[in-house]
Formats: sequence, C-alpha cells, structure tokens
Amino acid sequence: MSSVRKESAETGSVSRRSVGLLDSPVEVVNVGLEGFYQELKLAGVPVVHVSWSPPANGDPKMADILSKLGA
Amino acid sequence: MSDFILNEVRKRMYLDSVALMRISRVIKETRGVREAALMMGTPSNQEILADAGLLADSSKGAQGSDLIIGIRAESEMVARTALAEALNQISAPKRQSEAETVTEPRSVRGALKIQPNTTIALISVPGEFAIAEGRKAITRDLHVMIFSDNVPIEQEVALKQEAQKLGRLVMGPDCGTAIINGVPLAFANKVNRGNIGVIGASWTGIQEVTTLISKFGGGISHAIGVGGRDLSSQVGGISTLMAIEMLDSDSATTHIVIISKPPDTKVIEKILERVNKSRKKFTICFLGADDIQVPWNARFAPTLKAAAELALSKPIDSKPLKAGDIRFREGLIVGLYSGGTLCTEAQYVLMREARRSVTSNIPLKGVSYLKPDDHISDRVIDLGADEFTKGKPHPMIDPSTRDEMLRNTLRDPSVGAVLLDVVIGYGAHSNPAGNIAAVLNSVPERRAAVIASVTGTDDDPQNRASQQAILEQSDVIVAASNVDAVRIALNCVQSGQGMG
Repeated sequence: MSSVRKESAETGSVSRRSVGLLDSPVEVVNVGLEGFYQELKLAGVPVVHVSWSPPANGDPKMADILSKLGA
Repeated sequence: MSDFILNEVRKRMYLDSVALMRISRVIKETRGVREAALMMGTPSNQEILADAGLLADSSKGAQGSDLIIGIRAESEMVARTALAEALNQISAPKRQSEAETVTEPRSVRGALKIQPNTTIALISVPGEFAIAEGRKAITRDLHVMIFSDNVPIEQEVALKQEAQKLGRLVMGPDCGTAIINGVPLAFANKVNRGNIGVIGASWTGIQEVTTLISKFGGGISHAIGVGGRDLSSQVGGISTLMAIEMLDSDSATTHIVIISKPPDTKVIEKILERVNKSRKKFTICFLGADDIQVPWNARFAPTLKAAAELALSKPIDSKPLKAGDIRFREGLIVGLYSGGTLCTEAQYVLMREARRSVTSNIPLKGVSYLKPDDHISDRVIDLGADEFTKGKPHPMIDPSTRDEMLRNTLRDPSVGAVLLDVVIGYGAHSNPAGNIAAVLNSVPERRAAVIASVTGTDDDPQNRASQQAILEQSDVIVAASNVDAVRIALNCVQSGQGMG
C-alpha cells in the first residue's frame, strides 16, 4: 500500500490515503522517552525523535482543546 | 531540628521521566538529603511533591511546563549542595552529538516533514498530555502506540472512537509492548518471525507468550498491544476488534492469540462473534476467566503457557531439573513480580490448580486483597502496580525497587518459596538477574527456595541464557516459564518428592 502523505499548508491535515500498519515497513515518530528512540535507532529502524515539551503552558485541558482544533 | 526544604523552578524546561528519575536518584544519594525529586509541575505531580514533603510555598505558581526540583535535607547547606549537583546533571550534554539535537522537530507535524512515510507514533509523554498527542498523530494518518499510563478512560474511549473512524489503530494507553513486522516497540523482545499473530491487553502477557512461542520453535507475525482497558465495558474492545480485522487480513498470519485479563461479558461476546467469522485458528487466553464457550475455530487457554502451547500445537517441555534442585521446605509461597500479568497467572495456578489461600494487591476473582496481618496465605505481589510506582521507575526499568521487599522476604522464616520474574528485552534493565543475585548474596542465611523464570530470548540485548546462568550461580531454580516456576514452588512447599 502506498504511504504517500500530503499535508495541507492551511490546516496541517493529511490526505486519507491510509498507510497500512501491517503491510508497510515500520517507520516511527517518537514522542516522549528518548530511550525508545535510541533503541529503535540502534536497531536500524527509521525513527525521528520529537523534542517534546508540554503544550499550552503545561495545561492538559487546554492542550486537549488545541489538539481538537488541529494545532 | 526540622528538615530544610529547597525548591527550584525552571521555567519551560522539559526532561522525560527517565531522565528525571535518574537525576532524582543521584541527588537522593547525597549525604544528608532525606528526600528529593525532579518533576514537571503538573497539578498531579505537585500533589506528589506535596505528599512527599518536597513542595515549598515558593513553587506554588509553577506550571505544567515548568520543571520543579524538590529537595528535603538535614540543613540548608546540604540542600544547596544537592541542588547544585541537580543543576549540573541537567546541564550536562545528554548526547554524544549535540548536532543531532538541533535537527529535532518539536511536533509530530514537524517530524513528518523529515520522515514522510512514518507509520507509527510512539507516545510516552506524561499521561495528561498523551491523548492530545495521540489525536495529533491519528489526524496525520498515523497509527498510534501510547505507552503513557494515568490516562482518564473517557479520553481513551474518545480517541479510540476518533481513530476508528479514520481507520487508525490506537495501541494503548498503557501499552508496553508491540512487535510490528519484526520491529519490537517499547518493551518487547527479539523473537523469531512466523505465522502466529498476537493481540494483547496485557504487556508482560504478550512478552511471555511471544518469547515462549519463539523459544519452542514457532514465530510471530505481529504482536499488537491494545492497552489494559480495551476489553472493559467502557472501551468495548475497539482496538482488539480492529487488530483482529488486521491480522485476519494479513497473509503472514494463520493463527491468532488473544490475551487479556477477564474482559467484560458483553465485550467477550463481541470478540467471540468476530472470531467466529474468521477462517483462521484462534487461541483465547482470558487469564482468570472461567472456561468460556469459544467458537469452532478457537481454543481456550487458561494460562499464558497454555496459550503458547495451543499456538504451537505442541506441549512445551518444562526445563529438566537436576536431582536435588527441589528440597522440601514447609512454608508460604511469596511471589514478587515486576510483570502484572505474570503475577495474575501465578495467582491462577496457586488458587485453581493447588487450591491454596492466596492474597495479592491485584487479586483475581477468588483471591483476597493483601492483608498485613494474614500469616497463613501465599502472597503474590505486582510491584509494577501504581502504589509502588508513583513517582518511581517501574521495576522492569529499575529492578532495585524489588530489593528491600526481597531481602525481607528471604529473612522471613514463614516463607518456604520465593517466586520472581525476570523480564528482559528492549526497554528493560540491562541486567535484572545480576541485581537479584546481589540481593540473594547479601542474605546468605536464607532458607526459602528461590524460583524464577526469564521472559525473553537469547537474541535480546541482555541474552536469556546469560541471565539464567547468573541466577543459577546464586542457587536460583530457573524454570522454563512462569507457570513452571509456580509449579516448582508448589512442589517445594508441598512435598519432598520432586516435580510430579
């Protein structure tokens, strides 16, 4: 299955050409513990680590609302 | 003289929980420091700090995006020395290559610009933020594995429903293990590839079953974790049903194993209804559930070991024991587990097979909750449960959290056998057996038999055979599986006849 992903400049949304979980090579975005990133990298798995910090000044409710707005 | 409490708030500074725990431990070891912790300033963390007597008034304006350093020491001078060390640790370069850090994106969206063919987002941020990050991932066409725990169940339901509409799978929250296309994610093991697909609402349950299958000649196509609450009435098995759909369509998978603690009755019906529509073979392992009627193409497995055997279509030999391995010692059985599902499996064997009186902090139906004044029941304890891990690392990451309890248990004259699990693989501690051996060697006068099983493979970074050898050098009886370990413990305390 194709894994083409096109992102809209305005909304940040992506096209709906679904990427199959089981029939595509695993490529990972790691959000959180850096150890998981290091181990995947060592194993040769394509992985990008996100330098994450709590969004919305660390307010979980505001972070939830923002995620629903596509932020 | 009262303790001196010192706080430092670093605005908009984030360190992940493993880094925070590592630095907290270094600071705690400073002479004269009574307690210390580094935590992000979320409301729940501020409560933990306050409960530990580590929160001074000066920190009360901290936000969730701020880092709080809390130190309680015998004097101001000691506290300030410890704080200086904490700041030193924080500012130390975290990587060999600082250049690498510069290119790191700050969001999932940014990451996708670097790696547009990404399939999975692995999320392990604090639980309060996990669903928001999961939502950002599913709306960008990613499947999601959420390792974070402490996620409100209503948020889990909402995210899974949204993901289902988008055709995205949510593994988790509290999903510790997955193996997709041979790639172990988070706490998983390096297993042989093969035709057996595994779906698990249980972290160590998946690890035990996949490693037993691999060790005894089979292989794994994929192992999909769904999170411990997926088969609850609230979540309704959304991810389990999607995972069945995926494995049913997967040409590499011919046999599907489903593992969970007992699900909600109506959810069981939904799962079995879907199983019935498949032409593939299934093994259903709902640990602790009474025998349930399964469809024509499925078999019911009461234990993880039985699930592996049914998937392999052959019995798993128990490790042959050397004569003299088992000596009769009257007494109780105490299990100190890092894996919750292994703890549940042990309860099942003790209660159902041996009909012993059992207590636990995560009791199965028919097992009583732990009572400090109960001196006649076996105790089977999950040391990874919330009450032991609040603000502390999980025992699979830091096995020393088991040390004190193990030492006390070994000195307890009423104990005849001690059961331990050693869970290895990616994400786990580099040498859990060595840690156990050090504790055992510090109690040379012990009378209890110590029996363990190693959940892992010889291809794991820690190497299963090496871990076994370390344990055996300390007179630990190492069983082929957790079930076998429990049965050996029963033999130790029930008779002097050796294994039946």
